[in-house]
Amino acid sequence: MTDPVLVFDLLLAAAVVALAVASLSVRDLFMAIVLFITFGLLSALAWVRLSAPDVALAEAAIGTGVTGALLLKTLHHLRYVTGTLDRDPPPSVTPATPVPAPVIWANAAFCGLITLGLAAAFLGAPQAGPGFDPLVAEALPASGVEHPVTAVLLNFRAYDTLMEGVVLLAAVIAVWQIERGLSDAPAPALGEIFDGFARLTLPAIVVVGTYLLWKGAEAPGGAFQGGAVLAAVGLLLLLSRLYVPQPAHRGVARWAFVLGTGVFAGVALLVAGGGRVAFEYPAEHAKTLILLIEALVTISIAVTLAALFHGREPVALPSSGGKKDA
Amino acid sequence: MLEFLAAALIGLGTVFFVAGTVGLLRFPDIFCRLHALTKADGLGLALIALGVALLADGAGEVFRIALIWFFVAVAGATCGHLIASYARRVKAEADDD
Amino acid sequence: MPELTPALIYGVTGIAVFAIGLVGALCAQDRLRRVLALKLCSVGAGFILVVAAWRDPPDAPDPVPHALVITGIVVMVSATAVALALIRRLQSLEAEDDA
Repeated sequence: MTDPVLVFDLLLAAAVVALAVASLSVRDLFMAIVLFITFGLLSALAWVRLSAPDVALAEAAIGTGVTGALLLKTLHHLRYVTGTLDRDPPPSVTPATPVPAPVIWANAAFCGLITLGLAAAFLGAPQAGPGFDPLVAEALPASGVEHPVTAVLLNFRAYDTLMEGVVLLAAVIAVWQIERGLSDAPAPALGEIFDGFARLTLPAIVVVGTYLLWKGAEAPGGAFQGGAVLAAVGLLLLLSRLYVPQPAHRGVARWAFVLGTGVFAGVALLVAGGGRVAFEYPAEHAKTLILLIEALVTISIAVTLAALFHGREPVALPSSGGKKDA
Repeated sequence: MLEFLAAALIGLGTVFFVAGTVGLLRFPDIFCRLHALTKADGLGLALIALGVALLADGAGEVFRIALIWFFVAVAGATCGHLIASYARRVKAEADDD
Repeated sequence: MPELTPALIYGVTGIAVFAIGLVGALCAQDRLRRVLALKLCSVGAGFILVVAAWRDPPDAPDPVPHALVITGIVVMVSATAVALALIRRLQSLEAEDDA
């Protein structure tokens, strides 16, 4: 007999695929982004069903929430520079020249080949073959935390996580350089109701983010999910203009960007100095060290994501005469 | 008995969600659609949260469900307001032209 | 005909989403939409990895692919942020050219 939940699986899978197609084929860009956000949330739901709550949290918070905010900010900028803010219909994005048919066919053939290869590899792979789960389960008591995903991220594969911090750092450096001297689209005025909403939810978001971080040692959650939730604090502050970045704050921001990665690398080096391999934390201090690293990495992730959303480095523009009030 | 009641509440909440979605698809302009969506979904969400809270074990879980309900409701109301005020601004702009 | 399991359903979903993203990345004309398409690709790849970690009974999935996907999500948001910053810069430059 088939499991009734399978019906739900099939419906969810169909909705995910339909939303993916719709977000690429719908004409209006705003609608495309909203459909994409819905797609991301439903994917997160599917991953909960596949018993991957950590991944679902990360996808919902970072892959959908923060990415969606970034996409909407870029759309806002596009409407600002083309002078179509507050106007219906939104800017048309019709290309100058249509793509020649042979190029489309070549692309389609190429994509079809890759997809066929993927499908063959997926269907030919051993079902539920032996993975790393027995190894992780065996080594878990020595890791200092009870949740396997956190153990993998912060202990067994800590190099990956360290490099992830470096990638975020590189991204924020790149964004600051790319947007240097760029005049920023003025943030839309969202009104008192949004400000009240921001004031009401800010403390709650801080609590939820810290809770996710703390809980990560024994249950789904951890530095990335907590960091993304805390980044929402930054987004709300920036959007409601309760906080406006000043040039003088750059020093603090830079320290916050490197804090997590720096401490992570520092701990690894200290541990390595004591006659161990890097990231081989002493068993009695493992949990303390992991929580310390996670807490600081969380702060760095939150500040970095908020900075990525803000975009331009907060320096005084040379020619910011009356343009800011526009 | 408790499970039956919870199932009934969740079922009723789903009905309200479906009604809100029908309104979203069938109503003529953005303000009517928002009206249908925010009202019906608010009630549906409350009913589903109540139903799930009946099934929860422990006061901690009930508290968390109540918090989720509160913040989703507040966020939904704020979003509805933001969309409506944007739509009004666009409309005013179009009338100016 | 293989047995219908969540792993099969979501594995096929992942492949389909990846394919849609690939076609979109190659064929979309609009820059923002191309970034969206690449993001779809990454979600499709995430689906396949999460499916690979799934076990039946589902109480103890493989944590290593989960950690890989979380890493991937964070790397993807960094890449998206840089791509979008480039798009904003290009938009400004084009607007200046038109003016």
